[in-house]
Amino acid sequence: MATTEKQKSDVMLKYLRPQKSFPSVWCPGCGNGIVMGAFIRAVDKLGYTNDEVAMVSGIGCTSRMPVYLDFNSLHTAHGRALAFATGVKFAEPKMKVVVITGDGDALAIGGNHFIHACRRNIDITCILINNHTYGMTGGQGSPTTPADALSTTTPYGNVEKHFDPCDLAKSAGATYVARGTVYHYPQLEKIITAALEHKGFSLVEVIANCHTYYGRLNRKGDAPAMLEQFKENSITTGKAKNMEASELEGKFVIGKIHEDAVKSEFCDEYQKLVEVQKGK
Amino acid sequence: MANKQKKLLQGNGACVEGAIYAGMTVYAGYPITPSTEIAEGCARELPKLGGRFIQMEDEIASIAAIIGASVTGRKVLTGTSGPGYSLMSELFGYAYMTETPIVVVNVQRGGPSTGLPTKVGQADTMQARWGTHGDYNAIAIAPSTVGECLTETIRAFNLAERFRTPVTVLLDEVMGHMREIIELPEKGDHEVFDRVKPTVPPEEFEAFAMTDNLVSPMPSYGEGYRYNVTGLTHDVKGFSTNRTDETIQKLDKLFNKIEHFTDEIFKSRVELVEDADVVFISYGTVSRAALQAMQIARKAGAKVGSIQLYTIWPFDYEMIKRATKNCHTVVVAEMNMGQICHEIQKVLDPSKKLETVQRYDGEIITPMELLEKLEEVL
Ligand SMILES: Cc1ncc(C[n+]2csc(CCOP(=O)(O)OP(=O)(O)O)c2C)c(N)n1
Ligand code: SF4
Ligand SMILES: [Mg+2]
Repeated sequence: MATTEKQKSDVMLKYLRPQKSFPSVWCPGCGNGIVMGAFIRAVDKLGYTNDEVAMVSGIGCTSRMPVYLDFNSLHTAHGRALAFATGVKFAEPKMKVVVITGDGDALAIGGNHFIHACRRNIDITCILINNHTYGMTGGQGSPTTPADALSTTTPYGNVEKHFDPCDLAKSAGATYVARGTVYHYPQLEKIITAALEHKGFSLVEVIANCHTYYGRLNRKGDAPAMLEQFKENSITTGKAKNMEASELEGKFVIGKIHEDAVKSEFCDEYQKLVEVQKGK
Repeated sequence: MANKQKKLLQGNGACVEGAIYAGMTVYAGYPITPSTEIAEGCARELPKLGGRFIQMEDEIASIAAIIGASVTGRKVLTGTSGPGYSLMSELFGYAYMTETPIVVVNVQRGGPSTGLPTKVGQADTMQARWGTHGDYNAIAIAPSTVGECLTETIRAFNLAERFRTPVTVLLDEVMGHMREIIELPEKGDHEVFDRVKPTVPPEEFEAFAMTDNLVSPMPSYGEGYRYNVTGLTHDVKGFSTNRTDETIQKLDKLFNKIEHFTDEIFKSRVELVEDADVVFISYGTVSRAALQAMQIARKAGAKVGSIQLYTIWPFDYEMIKRATKNCHTVVVAEMNMGQICHEIQKVLDPSKKLETVQRYDGEIITPMELLEKLEEVL
């Protein structure tokens, strides 16, 4: 049976904070809202209660998301979300801990915490909204800003190389890695659901539009135009497998990129150690 | 009465014992001399008690992790030294702003920068007060014996929980590594304070509500209250605000919940100041030398008194005024280029002389040095 508009909005009301007034701080059409919708529906599908979810973020436009959601929310400092989240999860392993972070937050100032959270394979789901820029501070270059792209701190074009967050996470030890875009909404909901269900560190990178800065500076048009570009420039993991690296230049490979269901999870391992040492 | 268990411990080890006594169950840290034995002790002991130890990737991550653990209802600790304490500065302010109880032990070495990693110093006294950005109030305490490392760490936890604020325990290299035989306390010997939990139902709950003592009850994550924790200036519900009145209300609450209770937080040991001509003022390891110098001088007939600060911040200026009323000279002794002496200067009656004994060469101040100073000023 198809979901009605009414049912959809009921789901939203269940997870949006009743005390928090809207509109949000986000620009109309910002990709963050789409990701928030997908996240809410994934949580609802999995039947998590509001109480068992802790949502942790750093600083940035993206990182404002937990404030609007009726979970245990921890809006921390720039770059440090994963380190805070590690403390929450380690102290209270029964909580579902989700980190929502931006490309600057996770990969620049928070890069060290990012690789170490992956390495530990701690059971945290990290949703990284990659808008290729520092949205909150007005469109500066980030570790994912592509070569030659314009930003307020690369006014003559970016001469730096960029990170691929999925590759980074995979090689650092994350056990579920997927990429989606805000255009491919049904897929996004699915991969967020799969990431939440996965035991271990999961990364979902979401390619999203910051039309206000990145889009404007690089003449990519408004929000719908940028979504259209995400559609045109995305290639599924299945198709990408048979393509050359040069063909994939500038494309977004979307879908599940890596999964390891065998590697043990950090809190479980520590609990085993506690069981052995307890009372000694 | 059965004899208490005795143990030969380093100051760092006594901190671990004190923290466990106080109910600490989560430790996150990064190794740094001369504090590392605190991490090692916690790594060894916590699993046996069902607690948790994690070595993080740096000190920023360490303080972040303990704040995260604290909001789930745990009592938490990290230990470090100067360079790590500097890295923790930003999130120290986060703990203050979000009213999250944490305890940080700073086993001081010589500084600045990497400084003298294996040598002693007390040069983070002002950093413990002014380390993070913005206007704020701080609690920092300093033990002077291995036994006090244990009891003052318990007190640090009690203060952190009672006031919902970060607390620094200032040790130094000598204090951290010195060994003394101490009695281990039994359950009930010392008060252990647990944070106050809300009693209202979640619908009526305001996370940062104003209360008589300015401290709001604090639920743990997962208990149904689902409040927002943010380092942004926030209203009583925990949501960010730019309103001038709400900003003032929040900053005043944070500041005054400490300031108005200075009497409860402040602790000192004041000896023989009534008839003293000269009064030593000291804290931490230096107080050992000051007490000894006072005793030697008294035996020789000199009228010498001593003020030892156990609580450094908040500073009790009125107490200093009272205890220095009758002397003609105050000698402030500290292992730095002069930090707490400036606080004394602020309140010392201008008719009195302020003298200092300072070392910042990585060595301790000895009773002999203090006695030499006495000869000069008596
Ligand atoms: C320690 C620190 N440095 C710098 C900043 C300023 N700052 C706030 S958000 C931000 C960048 C955010 O970019 P990103 O993480 O990509 O999030 P977005 O806004 O794009 O969602 C910066 C540099 C800060 N808040 N704290
Ligand atoms: S500045 Fe960019 S990232 Fe921030 S809300 Fe606006 S569109 Fe979104
Ligand atoms: Mg960004």
